Amino acid sequence: MTDQAITTRTIIGLEIHVQLRTATKMFCGCPLKFDAPPNTCVCPVCLGHPGALPVINRQALAYSMLTGLALSCDIARHTKWDRKSYYYPDMPKNYQISQYDLPLCEHGHFEISVEGDTRRIRIKRAHLEEDAGKNLHDVPGCTLVDLNRAGTPLLEIVTEPDLTSAEEAFVFCTELQRLVTYLGVSEGSMQKGHMRFEPNVNVAIDVGGTEYRTPIVEIKNLNSFKSVRGAIAFESQRQTAAWQEDHDYVLGKVPNENRGWNDDRGVTEFQRPKEAAHDYRYFPDPDLVPVDVTDEMLAGVTARLPELPIARRARFMSEFGLSPKDTEIIVGHRGTADLFENAVKCGAPVDILGKQFVNVWLKLANDRNVPVTDLSVDAERMARLASMVADGSVSATAANRIAEAMLDRRDPPDLLADELGLVQVQDTGAMEAWVSEAFAANEQAVRDALTNPKKAKASAGFLRGKVMRISGGKADPKLVGQLIEKRLSELRE
Amino acid sequence: MVSKLDEQAVRHVAHLARLSVTDDEVARYAQQLSRVLTYVEQLNELDTEGVPPTAHALPVSNVLRADELGHPIQQEQALHNAPRQQDGFFRVPKVLDQETA
Ligand SMILES: [Zn+2]
Repeated sequence: MTDQAITTRTIIGLEIHVQLRTATKMFCGCPLKFDAPPNTCVCPVCLGHPGALPVINRQALAYSMLTGLALSCDIARHTKWDRKSYYYPDMPKNYQISQYDLPLCEHGHFEISVEGDTRRIRIKRAHLEEDAGKNLHDVPGCTLVDLNRAGTPLLEIVTEPDLTSAEEAFVFCTELQRLVTYLGVSEGSMQKGHMRFEPNVNVAIDVGGTEYRTPIVEIKNLNSFKSVRGAIAFESQRQTAAWQEDHDYVLGKVPNENRGWNDDRGVTEFQRPKEAAHDYRYFPDPDLVPVDVTDEMLAGVTARLPELPIARRARFMSEFGLSPKDTEIIVGHRGTADLFENAVKCGAPVDILGKQFVNVWLKLANDRNVPVTDLSVDAERMARLASMVADGSVSATAANRIAEAMLDRRDPPDLLADELGLVQVQDTGAMEAWVSEAFAANEQAVRDALTNPKKAKASAGFLRGKVMRISGGKADPKLVGQLIEKRLSELRE
Repeated sequence: MVSKLDEQAVRHVAHLARLSVTDDEVARYAQQLSRVLTYVEQLNELDTEGVPPTAHALPVSNVLRADELGHPIQQEQALHNAPRQQDGFFRVPKVLDQETA
């Protein structure tokens, strides 16, 4: 049987924890701060003191419903809170408040585009829970505990095992990050650990029509897109090799297991068999009453659901004729896409705005390391500059310089163009004179343009550059080109 | 129906609760806990056909709060009752792997 050709198919499901962008914790009013001194964002509730009572953060609930709607989930009309019991110093109550059998969101899907194909990944559920604190292990002989993070609201999103490759999982995670930042429900910062991923991976191996499945491996606590891709790719190969080595390496015969990703070595490492995983003894939390989602609550959240990135990308391409590459850049962030769209609404010609937006505004923003929305140039002024290029009053090159001036001054771009002497001269009389000057000073180029077919085009371009230089950038390059052609054909006769 | 909590179940629950128990205690708790369960099982005599499941003893729902800053306490207060502390952290015995602990 080892001689037979095999085909393999990787089966991947994801569990993703998303930290919600609330001001305070899930069940108490302590602030969410990333690098506050240890144990300074705590109170009796999140310290797990006896008698302290948790109260649900309304905003966390709304953010979760919004995300659920964006993932096409059914929002439960009745949901409750359960205690998940485990003992670890970062969880002082000895249980985590979570949702067990009645999650807030269920049965959704999320579409991603992988190498041009649209893939629909089913979402099994999304529920709210609280995060644990942090244990510091790198101290000899003891563990230090900081409970600032304890009680942070997390939305745990669980997919069905619909992903089929490391690349697909990578795309899913990046798209999900884009979605939650688009919705404004999470900052989605990977550096701050706002998203944590746990892929479940196994491999279906087909040998002449018979299928074998390897045991399911859960890879714990990945905190970057790269590690998601690396760990899944590694697991897929490792499991296939393990089966080839020993055909008893199959689901049911060998226990499922948890593994951790070693980023330095680029391998997954065994942690423990899944059979030994905790028995969490879930039961309803008597300290919290259920949430009944009313029509009113649902309507309020639905009204806040924006156009989602995938729909917006499609519309930007069809409505504005933007290239896929430019669309990707512009739609990547909601504020950026809003700014672009507002500039179009202010009357900017889309073709010119598209070029300016990517090549000028986003570049200026990049150089300054700020989002384009922080450039202090609003949609109206952007639209005006694009219109000035469209009606020929300034050249595209001159527009770059005007744009830069617009960053420092709030004057209308027309005024700045005037001050900088960049208003294009449309007066053909003046331009004829510049052309004559350029022709007189560059006789060799004129001869080449007339007699050397190999150099004709380059020489004409060279002459055009000279005219632009003489004009101080004020000549309309298109018109100059026409005048040069006209003059050359006169000389040919 | 009388349920009996066997000694193996007692050891399992004790392990989950990170309690160390002697063999004598296991035998004693198995009996005591079985009696507790038998007592509670009287509830099974009730006919709950058609009664919707409850998640809470009170007929109350939607107790929510605004996402507004409350009153965190000072680090000193937070650590006040901790048996051991260090540099603003709670200091606890070295955490081993959860399964071997
Ligand atoms: Zn608190």
